[in-house]
Amino acid sequence: MSADKERLDRAIIAMRVARELPAGSCVNLGIGIPTLVSMFVDDESVVFYHSESGVLNCGPLAEEGEEDIDLINAGGQFLQSVPGMAYFSSVDAFAMIRGGHVDVTVLGAHQVSANGDLANWMLPERGVGNIGGAMDLAAGADKVIVAMEHNDRSGNSKVVQECDFPLTGRGCVSLVVTDVAVMEPTPDGMVLREAAPGWTPAEVQEVTDARLIIPDNVAEYEV
Amino acid sequence: MASSKLYDSAAAAVADIHDSATVLLGGVSGTNAPTALVSALADRQVRGLTCVCDSTYYGAEVLHRLVAAGCVSRIISPAPFGSGQGDMVHELWRSGDLAIEVVPWGTLAERMRSAGAGIGGVFLPVGIGTRFAEGKEIREVNGVECVFEPPLRGDFALIRANRADSVGNLVYEGAQRGWNSAVVSAARIAIAEVDHVVEPGDIDPEQVITPGIFVNRIARASSAPIG
Repeated sequence: MSADKERLDRAIIAMRVARELPAGSCVNLGIGIPTLVSMFVDDESVVFYHSESGVLNCGPLAEEGEEDIDLINAGGQFLQSVPGMAYFSSVDAFAMIRGGHVDVTVLGAHQVSANGDLANWMLPERGVGNIGGAMDLAAGADKVIVAMEHNDRSGNSKVVQECDFPLTGRGCVSLVVTDVAVMEPTPDGMVLREAAPGWTPAEVQEVTDARLIIPDNVAEYEV
Repeated sequence: MASSKLYDSAAAAVADIHDSATVLLGGVSGTNAPTALVSALADRQVRGLTCVCDSTYYGAEVLHRLVAAGCVSRIISPAPFGSGQGDMVHELWRSGDLAIEVVPWGTLAERMRSAGAGIGGVFLPVGIGTRFAEGKEIREVNGVECVFEPPLRGDFALIRANRADSVGNLVYEGAQRGWNSAVVSAARIAIAEVDHVVEPGDIDPEQVITPGIFVNRIARASSAPIG
């Protein structure tokens, strides 16, 4: 059963996402696996991080013992201070997002659909959820990358043909990176781009609800 | 403008916050929050407050203080719920004792900015095709679908800043600026808790972040040094 096959870990997912961030781009990282991405961006890339808490050009997460209470991200985590940083109001922070000034956002998700719908703020079984800044980012960032586990703890596929959880945004996701595959939602459906080492496209399909479009040249997941 | 907006204590600054008031709270995820003002308010045992805040999860000592004291009947926030079992806000919501309105963070910021700027609401391209747009006016603007969001005004805003002069000009420290400076203009009475109070002229006008016209009262953070 492919469900029992070895999967990549969260750090590898974050490493794979880091390769998608163009040098010089402005990036907003969500909570969870996305936060790990900053650990794998090499110094030459000069990625600028944006946070809804009102910070731009901040560094990655602060080392233990070097936390500054006045320098936090949207999740209340401590950031590193770097030259060229700017502070501003949250009103301006969201103007940057909605105004198209943030190039890439990396978000976690509960479900992503074949055409790029995103559901990441509420689990229906709980009846409530936190939306945070995800809806603004889904609507405003040039490129939305989802970084998540392929299946939930019960084994349900989070890559679905259609979302049945409450949506965060419609057709907004341009790349999905999981512990099993890299996929690209398109108007025609979810295209499989890369499969994890040891996984065949057919095995990826077995653990995936969405009907995958499988081109001839599916690559091995590269980090 | 009063000659000095400085109050003797946090308790004096919040003494007239009344039952059923709408209170806007500064701070993100419980950091850089106006803890002395909130504590003083919780001690007053007011009832039926509507609290507008960034999140409650990390800010246990801030909003949870008010909720635990039974002061709050409604929360408007992008992130009101804690994760996991036993979250007080979640439990009170389930039992029907607490009304909750979840609002996208940027939408909340823009609704308060509208109130503070005297604008009759805004059309935002956020939440289209989701339940956040249900029942709201949708308009296509330059080919982009937008949803109408009305202004959100507070009776009081409680915020945290680093320095104030006695006419209310504020300077923040780091990310303290983000949500505190976003909510300050949207209330009828804005109260700033600060670490330092200085004389007019001690803050370079070029460096003022929030002009004093938006700030009605100033209280020193607990055990904050003078000057």
